[in-house]
Amino acid sequence: MNTPRSTGDLLEVEGLTCRFAGVTAVDDLSFRVKAGEIKAVIGPNGAGKSTLFNMIAGVTRPTDGAIKFDGARIDRLPTHARARRGIARTFQNLQIFCEMSVLENVMVGRHLRGRATTLSALLHIPSVGAEERAMEATAMALLERFGLAAKAGLPAGSLAFGQMKVLELARALACEPRLLLLDEPAAGLPHAEADKMAETIRDLNRDGMTVLLVEHNMRMVMSLSHDILVLNNGRRIAEGTAEEVRRHPEVLSAYLGEEAVDA
Amino acid sequence: MASIEAKTGPMTHSRLPRRGLSRHARLALVWLALAAVPFVVPNAYWISLANLALINLVLIASLNLLMGYGGQISLAHAGFFGLGAYASGILNVRYGLPPWAGLPAAAVVAGLGALLIGIPALRLRGHYLAMATLGWNAILVVFFTQLVGLTGGPNGLLGVAPFSIFGHALDTEAKAFPLAWAVAFLVMLAISNLLASRIGRSIRAVATNELGAQSLGIDSFRTKLAVFVLSAGMAGIAGSLYVHINQYASPETFGIAPSIMLLVMVAIGGAGTFYGPMLGALIYTAVPQILLDYEDAELMLFGLGLLVVLILFPRGLAGIPAALAGLVRRRRA
Ligand SMILES: Nc1ncnc2c1ncn2[C@@H]1O[C@H](COP(=O)(O)OP(=O)(O)OP(=O)(O)O)[C@@H](O)[C@H]1O
Ligand SMILES: [Mg+2]
Repeated sequence: MNTPRSTGDLLEVEGLTCRFAGVTAVDDLSFRVKAGEIKAVIGPNGAGKSTLFNMIAGVTRPTDGAIKFDGARIDRLPTHARARRGIARTFQNLQIFCEMSVLENVMVGRHLRGRATTLSALLHIPSVGAEERAMEATAMALLERFGLAAKAGLPAGSLAFGQMKVLELARALACEPRLLLLDEPAAGLPHAEADKMAETIRDLNRDGMTVLLVEHNMRMVMSLSHDILVLNNGRRIAEGTAEEVRRHPEVLSAYLGEEAVDA
Repeated sequence: MASIEAKTGPMTHSRLPRRGLSRHARLALVWLALAAVPFVVPNAYWISLANLALINLVLIASLNLLMGYGGQISLAHAGFFGLGAYASGILNVRYGLPPWAGLPAAAVVAGLGALLIGIPALRLRGHYLAMATLGWNAILVVFFTQLVGLTGGPNGLLGVAPFSIFGHALDTEAKAFPLAWAVAFLVMLAISNLLASRIGRSIRAVATNELGAQSLGIDSFRTKLAVFVLSAGMAGIAGSLYVHINQYASPETFGIAPSIMLLVMVAIGGAGTFYGPMLGALIYTAVPQILLDYEDAELMLFGLGLLVVLILFPRGLAGIPAALAGLVRRRRA
């Protein structure tokens, strides 16, 4: 079953290193993400998973190493330029637009697909109105797909935690990305909602989405991922399928006292 | 990859229901009502106050765009107002250009003034714009005061020509009113249009959560710079109106104290509310008239007013209906 649809590396990470004062959060890390696969990054707290995500997304500058997206170096590009190339993400601690409506949050996700300029917007030429209606319709359809349509007009900050997680995912999808970075999408969700999130991710992948996933929920990781990268202290200690990783001695010892690696 | 639109099919059914009038109709109605002002006030002095209120509205609404929607604080708004006033006035007095040429020039000069300080200040993370603009306004006042050959210095710029239409000078308060009324309308319309677009949403998104906005492909530096320059350009337009309607300008109108006052008026009216600046402009214009004899009390009174409004109604006077509605809902629940 778990075979990615296409081959070819969408993301290539080479010798990536990130040092903060005193801590080497990510240490000479190399790996690849194939187009069409779900790749998981796991590891104990502080292993460097979020730092890795932030370097891929352009929020944190690597101390050393290279990141290639679709064959081209992106490690010098600012965050927004990487989004433009097709990388979208969700955040471990939510970064939603609390004071804007749920619908507007998703519409911001459509920003890159819009053409309106400051000048054309000030003058409200007809194409701007048409673009607004199209963006609203697309955003509304996404909300319907994720069961948030009834909340469209509410401030996003008034949503329940689980709904905010779903909203952030919908917003990222509004960009129509080629690579989706999900930082702990199930963290803090009750069982049923976490399962639903897993199902959503699986569906997205079936439709062709490449996903890089950080998650502590092992059941979710083991059942979703084509490939798993295990980090500890910023270094790779194992990489492979769920079966391979589960039996790896170093993985077992890294997780000793953390949580059982069983599906 | 298939687009989202194609995958999810047509969604004609899923538009949000809209309540009441469209934003354009609402604005047009308000401006039609304002058109009656010269006919209902007792004398020309009141019309001069109405003109001033409309100029103040352009100032406060443009600062609200930056502050209320863009989340940036500028303490040079009166300085940009001055750049516009002096640009338009000097082009007219010293170079003989008509006020109609001065109006766009004022917007450009004020916008450039913002670009110059905005590029370095907005590159830095955090709230450097407030401090940088404070310094910038102080420097601008020095220019207005010291470049006597151009600005007329402390004595002011004298002999500025009024606007004229088909050779007809708009040289009385009643004749100038339609112009101030129309320009204020166009500025409000432009702001409303901007907010109802992806650009307006990106401005608010950057103000609410910069990291989130960047992750969706929004260049936060350019967005902040654009709204800052645009807001200053609108203040420049207000400056041109001011200098040709008053036919005079002097440096103290454009100092740091009025810059602070304008910020206070944005907050009192309701930062981030579209019609809040109308209340702010009304108060900003009216209170000094009531307190003519107590000029020193003005700043204190405005400060006190700000505290009271912000404590009782954090969203400003324009937020009162929503606050009351919330109260009623809580009572019922
Ligand atoms: N901005 C920073 N400054 C200094 N140290 C940092 C910074 N960000 C992360 N670190 C450190 O880098 C290491 C890796 O942190 P990171 O957040 O990447 O871990 P993580 O694998 O995402 O952990 P978790 O599972 O708890 O989310 C930790 O030791 C952390 O304290
Ligand atoms: Mg993390």
